[in-house]
Amino acid sequence: MAEFLVSSGWNANLAQIVASVLGAVVLASFGLVWIIFSIWLERKFAGRVQDRLGPNRTGPYGLFQTFADVGKLLIKEDITPEGADKHIYNFAPILAVAGIIAIFAVIPFNHVWVGADLNVGVLYFVAVGSLATLAILLAGWSSNNKYALLGAFRAIAALVSYEVPMMLSLAVPVLLAGSMSMQDIVKGQSIAYIFVVPVSALIFFISQLAEVGRSPFDLIEAESEIIAGFNIEYSGMKFAMFYAAEFIHAFVICVLTAILFLGGWRGLGAGEPGYELFGFLMVMMKSVAVYALVMLIRNTLPRIRIDHMMAFNWKFLVPLSLVNLLVVMFLARPFVPDYAAAEAAVAAGGLAGLFGSIFGSGFIAELPRAVVLLVANVIMFAAATQLLHRYGETQRAKLGVKDVQPVRATAMASD
Amino acid sequence: MQPNEWLFIGIFLIVALILPAVPIFLAQLLNPKRPSKMKQEAYECGVETVGDAWVQFKVQYYLYALVFLIFDIEMLFLFPWAVAYNQLGLFALVMMAGFVGILGIALIYAWRKGALEWL
Repeated sequence: MAEFLVSSGWNANLAQIVASVLGAVVLASFGLVWIIFSIWLERKFAGRVQDRLGPNRTGPYGLFQTFADVGKLLIKEDITPEGADKHIYNFAPILAVAGIIAIFAVIPFNHVWVGADLNVGVLYFVAVGSLATLAILLAGWSSNNKYALLGAFRAIAALVSYEVPMMLSLAVPVLLAGSMSMQDIVKGQSIAYIFVVPVSALIFFISQLAEVGRSPFDLIEAESEIIAGFNIEYSGMKFAMFYAAEFIHAFVICVLTAILFLGGWRGLGAGEPGYELFGFLMVMMKSVAVYALVMLIRNTLPRIRIDHMMAFNWKFLVPLSLVNLLVVMFLARPFVPDYAAAEAAVAAGGLAGLFGSIFGSGFIAELPRAVVLLVANVIMFAAATQLLHRYGETQRAKLGVKDVQPVRATAMASD
Repeated sequence: MQPNEWLFIGIFLIVALILPAVPIFLAQLLNPKRPSKMKQEAYECGVETVGDAWVQFKVQYYLYALVFLIFDIEMLFLFPWAVAYNQLGLFALVMMAGFVGILGIALIYAWRKGALEWL
């Protein structure tokens, strides 16, 4: 783009700025347009889970429902409570959306489509993502409402806590790829990291789910306890912005999981020159698959209590991710993949040549490390679940619960 | 790779701030404005509001923030180390293991002191 403008006689600096502005607008709009679709998808999915149809009146399959909602919200009166800190109150919803959209700048959609392949990409998305947390505090504080403030404090305490296991598990792909650039992490995944370090992937997914405030961690915006929490005083389009921010964030965590642990745009030959669109579809397919899991969790798990949420984080996830980091740290070092040697081995033929021609030489290079780490991860996972199981049993014994009856069975018995 | 990535990031952040501001601005043009005294009161379950919301709050939040801060600073050291991991020798590995171990002990200390209990 910039090259084209320069070749048609533009000033080089100006050309680059124009190209950047255009790229930024396209990329940021993609995020906003995508949520219109993802809100529809989510409502349809929730409808099916709850044995109803979901939106089906506006347009084919209710596809235009979101547009109708936007239209309605545009003509809703916008109320600012008296005593609110006006400037902060108005700025918070904008910051909430901006902080999430800004993450799109470093997401590689294929080997060339990336806003900016920063060499500190991982740190960038963590830093920018916490702007959304700041927006929650601003909203709760400026509303001059005790419930909003209470909700904001709860939200901040929870989000800040879950940032710790998230960062600790994030260090593992960085360590394996030897880079903080998102592109390099994708390129390092000849074997997707979910098959190498599944425990890290799980911790990352759980803590990101908590960061979004999705069920089962949706007590941040619990209607029945703190009447919707930090956004209680917001109405009209400003409320819609918080709503939109949550949906974009929910999708962004899926994209991040897909890129950091599911191999991003790699797979089935995507990533070769000429397969740009296929790589993009690969990322989107993986993200939507993760998104389906998020929706399924949202529609099936009940909300957990705030003290349980904090205890689960500090007394289980953080120690587990520390142990996980130590294990990966010591086991991965002797098996650092030597891509050049693997390529030579594949070229030499034999068994390595056979497998190399099927899976690629990167696969051969990473195989020993993957096997060792996978075995260690499986042992760790088994130990952790066993620990949780024991803890549950002692807690139940303390409360005097004999054995757990499924809810359905007891309801049937009383009929 | 683009020639100047941070320029793009800067422009992107500005665009990201403008995009959500546009619908809010549009709504200001389109929506009805009929403010009244009752409507603008803070909504707290329908009960009349007493005083403002900027009051003292639990110290527990502060403890969580402190524990978080300790771990967040650890990340500052952990990530550069993780980037250089593939070239590091055994010494750097043991040093970082000791560092993480000390943090683990700090976590156990906070746990025993009851800083992690939600009161």
